[in-house]
Amino acid sequence: MLFYLPIAELPINVLTLLGMGAAVGFIGGMFGIGGGFLMTPLLIFVGIPPGVAVASQAAQIAASSTTSLINYWRRRQIDVRLGLVLLAGGVVGSQLGVAFFNNMRKIGQLESVISISYVVLLGSVGLSMLIEALLSFLRAKRGVSAPTRRGGQHAWYEGLPFKMRFPRSGIYVSLVPLSILSVFIGFAGAVLGIGGGFIMVPALIYMFRVPASVVVGTSQVQILFTMVFATIMHAATNHSVDFILALLLTVGAVFGAQFGARAGMRLKGEHFRLLLALLICAVAARFATDVLVKPTERFSVTITETAR
Amino acid sequence: MRAAALALALGLAAGAARAETIVMSLSSGAIPINSNFAGAEVAVFGSIERDGATVARAQDYDVVVTVRGPRGQVVVREKSRWGPLWLNLDQRKYIAVPAFISILANRPLESMATPAMRQKLRLGVDALVPPQGRRADEPDEPEFRAALARLRRGEGLFVENPKGVLFLTPTLFKAAIVLPGAAPLGRYDVDVHVLSDGVPLATASDGFTVHKGGVEARVAAASRETPWLYGLATALMAVFLGWVATIVFRRD
Repeated sequence: MLFYLPIAELPINVLTLLGMGAAVGFIGGMFGIGGGFLMTPLLIFVGIPPGVAVASQAAQIAASSTTSLINYWRRRQIDVRLGLVLLAGGVVGSQLGVAFFNNMRKIGQLESVISISYVVLLGSVGLSMLIEALLSFLRAKRGVSAPTRRGGQHAWYEGLPFKMRFPRSGIYVSLVPLSILSVFIGFAGAVLGIGGGFIMVPALIYMFRVPASVVVGTSQVQILFTMVFATIMHAATNHSVDFILALLLTVGAVFGAQFGARAGMRLKGEHFRLLLALLICAVAARFATDVLVKPTERFSVTITETAR
Repeated sequence: MRAAALALALGLAAGAARAETIVMSLSSGAIPINSNFAGAEVAVFGSIERDGATVARAQDYDVVVTVRGPRGQVVVREKSRWGPLWLNLDQRKYIAVPAFISILANRPLESMATPAMRQKLRLGVDALVPPQGRRADEPDEPEFRAALARLRRGEGLFVENPKGVLFLTPTLFKAAIVLPGAAPLGRYDVDVHVLSDGVPLATASDGFTVHKGGVEARVAAASRETPWLYGLATALMAVFLGWVATIVFRRD
């Protein structure tokens, strides 16, 4: 059943989009992530222009983070103060990201920037997660517990000025590294069409020692609002948001996420991190082949201006 | 004096040779793109009219229908090796390339007219892609032009069909312009050339537009005219569906 997408300006099968939404939603629900880093490449693969893909699926991430935010809110597993601090940085980063996106599009380098950023970002996050997951997997097998930090020990960035207390998480850290992290994730989110949960969650756990019980809910505060903001900013400045595309992806993802969440509860912690790391590495490898393997077709054509 | 007389005689002969006229009609002047749009077909009907003074032709008529979509600037990029990476390092800019070209004829263009005549009448895909320009430091390279035509052919946006024109009688013909689902929006020009024995006899032009219709037009208009509201509506839709999911799938 073909349906013409009004902004992407091409006909596409509705079932393909619903299916892609459901598949990404399932994986997202399983790992507690939005799945943007899977959805954007899939959309580009089926022929949606990269700009439209990035801008439209920010809405789908907003939907999945709404669902999980409400669920964590009901269980009171959110550090509202930390979430709001992250959100402020995220909005700034998102604004910078949309401006960067528009400029790269203007000079015709948006596609390359998206590919290379995916390789660098997903590659580094995926590999470090993979190493960490393999080490803890081996430790669990040998029955050794992971080395833990003692109470008085602090990393250098936690002692920077503008310290703030976050009672719900039980941490007392400088706002400087927190802001840098949230601005960076907001920026990457707007440029790559990702929520950034897969960077935010490990960063909060390992760098700031936010308790695991509140970390996902708290990061969802930032993801939801930056994605809502990114959707509006993309629509207002580059007119690349396709409402119909966003609707179909969201409907698919909302259903897929529910089944994914159920499947995720049966996963063991070490398996969970290992699988997620492998998934991220696989997407990075897919983008890496784009720039590392000799292409069968060396030429590409881009329309840069159209007189109508 | 003699030269002038010769020129006059040739001019008269040429005038007589152009006595044919074409009467043409398109099946549609405007193609709306609705949600179920997956391509369309526009029929061209034409008749070659001859007046009493027209000389009898030893050869049959040849007809070429040239369809050109909206023109735009196109960049052709070439990936080349840069250390371990393959990156877009070289590019050529082509200005005013039709986003859609369809050449329909009753037999291959090569057998119809000489290359010089085809270039002069701008018959064929190659004659319609203007040499790229704008900057002197970007020399034209045939491989970029060839790549442009090859990639567009692969997408169904450059079409050459030497059996696309059908003669119903020796002077009455029809052709079907096939538009793909990803047909670019805008104004399409349709030119009909009639030749005989490699000599152009008559031309006629018409055109049609491809535009968004119904829901597509309203969505696209909203995204352009009220972009803030449109973005807000998209975001609210997403938040609403996310909220609905927590109600529908509530685990009690």
